[in-house]
Amino acid sequence: MADWLERHVPKIIVAPTFAAVLVFVYGFIGWTAWVSLTRSRLLPNYEFDGFIQYERLFEAARWYTAMNNLYIFGALFIVLSMIIGLGLAILLDQRIRAEGVLRTIYLYPMALSMIVTGIAWKWILNPGLGLESMVKGWGFESFSFNWLVDPKMAIFTVVLAAVWQASGFVMALFLAGLRSVDEEIIKAAQVDGIPTWRIYTAIIIPSMTPIFLSAFIVLVHLAIKSFDLIIALTGGGPGYATDMPATYMYTMAFSRGNLGQAASSAVVMMMVVFAIIVPYLYSELRAKYD
Amino acid sequence: MTEQALAFTLPAVRSRQARIGRVALRWGLHAMLVLFALYYLMPLFAMVTTSLKSLEEIRTGSLISLPRQITFDAWRTAWSSACTGIQCEGLRPFFWNSLLMTVPAVIISTVIGAINGYVFAHWRFRGANLFFALMLLGCFIPFQVVILPMARMLGLMGLAGTLPGLILVHVIYGVAFTTLFFRNYYITVPRELVRAAKIDGAGFFRIFWSIFLPLSLPIVVVTIIWQFTQIWNDFLFGISFSQSGSQPVTVALNNIVNSTTGVKEYNVDMAAAIIAALPTLLVYIVAGKYFIRGLTAGSVKG
Repeated sequence: MADWLERHVPKIIVAPTFAAVLVFVYGFIGWTAWVSLTRSRLLPNYEFDGFIQYERLFEAARWYTAMNNLYIFGALFIVLSMIIGLGLAILLDQRIRAEGVLRTIYLYPMALSMIVTGIAWKWILNPGLGLESMVKGWGFESFSFNWLVDPKMAIFTVVLAAVWQASGFVMALFLAGLRSVDEEIIKAAQVDGIPTWRIYTAIIIPSMTPIFLSAFIVLVHLAIKSFDLIIALTGGGPGYATDMPATYMYTMAFSRGNLGQAASSAVVMMMVVFAIIVPYLYSELRAKYD
Repeated sequence: MTEQALAFTLPAVRSRQARIGRVALRWGLHAMLVLFALYYLMPLFAMVTTSLKSLEEIRTGSLISLPRQITFDAWRTAWSSACTGIQCEGLRPFFWNSLLMTVPAVIISTVIGAINGYVFAHWRFRGANLFFALMLLGCFIPFQVVILPMARMLGLMGLAGTLPGLILVHVIYGVAFTTLFFRNYYITVPRELVRAAKIDGAGFFRIFWSIFLPLSLPIVVVTIIWQFTQIWNDFLFGISFSQSGSQPVTVALNNIVNSTTGVKEYNVDMAAAIIAALPTLLVYIVAGKYFIRGLTAGSVKG
């Protein structure tokens, strides 16, 4: 008996986690997927009714705006964070004496809640009292910066705040990558008289492909889950101009009492994430265990 | 003679130009770095100065001007009397809610993660890889896909709108990350060491206790910081699963800022935002090195 126990103790230890993952992750995904195929409103109704919720979803102007915003926001957020992150990492890599202090400054936004970030930028971008009035106060009377209340531009304020929060993190990732490149190769290139910028573009950056990939994955993940920032910064407004799938889902679930729409939008979000993550994880795990 | 002189001076001129170029480049580099530092610091600076001004000064002054007269009224209001909807007790009760929620959730998820990670790193069993992959995938799901059934489950368990309910949720969805952290750390412990201990007759728990645990301090710190930051800063679970009495500080903060009754008190909003951010900022400043390691470990896969 003791022997049996000793042999099976590892399995017994992870069994509760296994059960929890099965129920709370996969079971719950199944539940949501099922409800997305019903006509559930305020309360779940488990009667199968085909893809009516998805049809409604893709016909809804608000969902269209939300997905559109996700593309605009996602693309700009990812590209800008990568550019700024890589740029700062390369600049910091030049034997800067104050590196520690600067790194701390660049990265601290990552420790903040998105709610705090949203509130801070909402205040800075406040047309009446923030940046706009400050620049006007400097004598530029015609200066106007009202993106926050302009339906066409509001989504870019979200980009601005999100890049502010996440670019330092990308910098930290890239800096770690730069530091892990083989010193010998760089020295050899320097001895051969290859200019520094060529060393970066031809040797260092190409060797960091895995880091680009993981930075990309994290940023995609952050972009799709972005909920707090929208709530705090724009509240999805003006109107629903800055709605995103996450806020759409929340509105349907908790203020519209439309479980069917909430569930179907959540499932679409998950599909988008999985379409990007699954190939990545698959190649990672294969590379590891082969 | 002139040719000689030319031959002699040209390299000197060139090297001087090169030196000036290098110095200019160095200055440009530093200027860029400082400029970016200002960009990252500006919002925090604006928040702090705004929180120390009176409303009157906010209306007349400029965003980044220093307060003419420093007042802590906004901080007092934010802490103990600002209104979050109908309740006007400031952030204080919600700050404690967050603490009461975060501390147990962090401890429980770290302990479970440590022992799980130990199993996955050194006690492979049939199906372990598949289970690990399933769990890893669970790290990436958008939580929107689980909040509806979770709300019902918490209701069935009688935990809807309570702190224990929130703790449970954070533990469940945090364990995948903590397991990943510990597994990636423990996998660097040589297999021979574990095998030798097994031959010497040490069992599962004995090996964990006397070989792995003493090595674990760095990864425990990384995990605790990561979990603490995640759970303290969480908003989605907080707003979905709490009631007015059990809201975490992020939800209360959002309510204070968005409550539309009365005059908009920007200084109170800013003070409240800083109060809500202080614990994680403090952790970051005190243990920044570990914070960064957690971020990179959390993102750079299994």
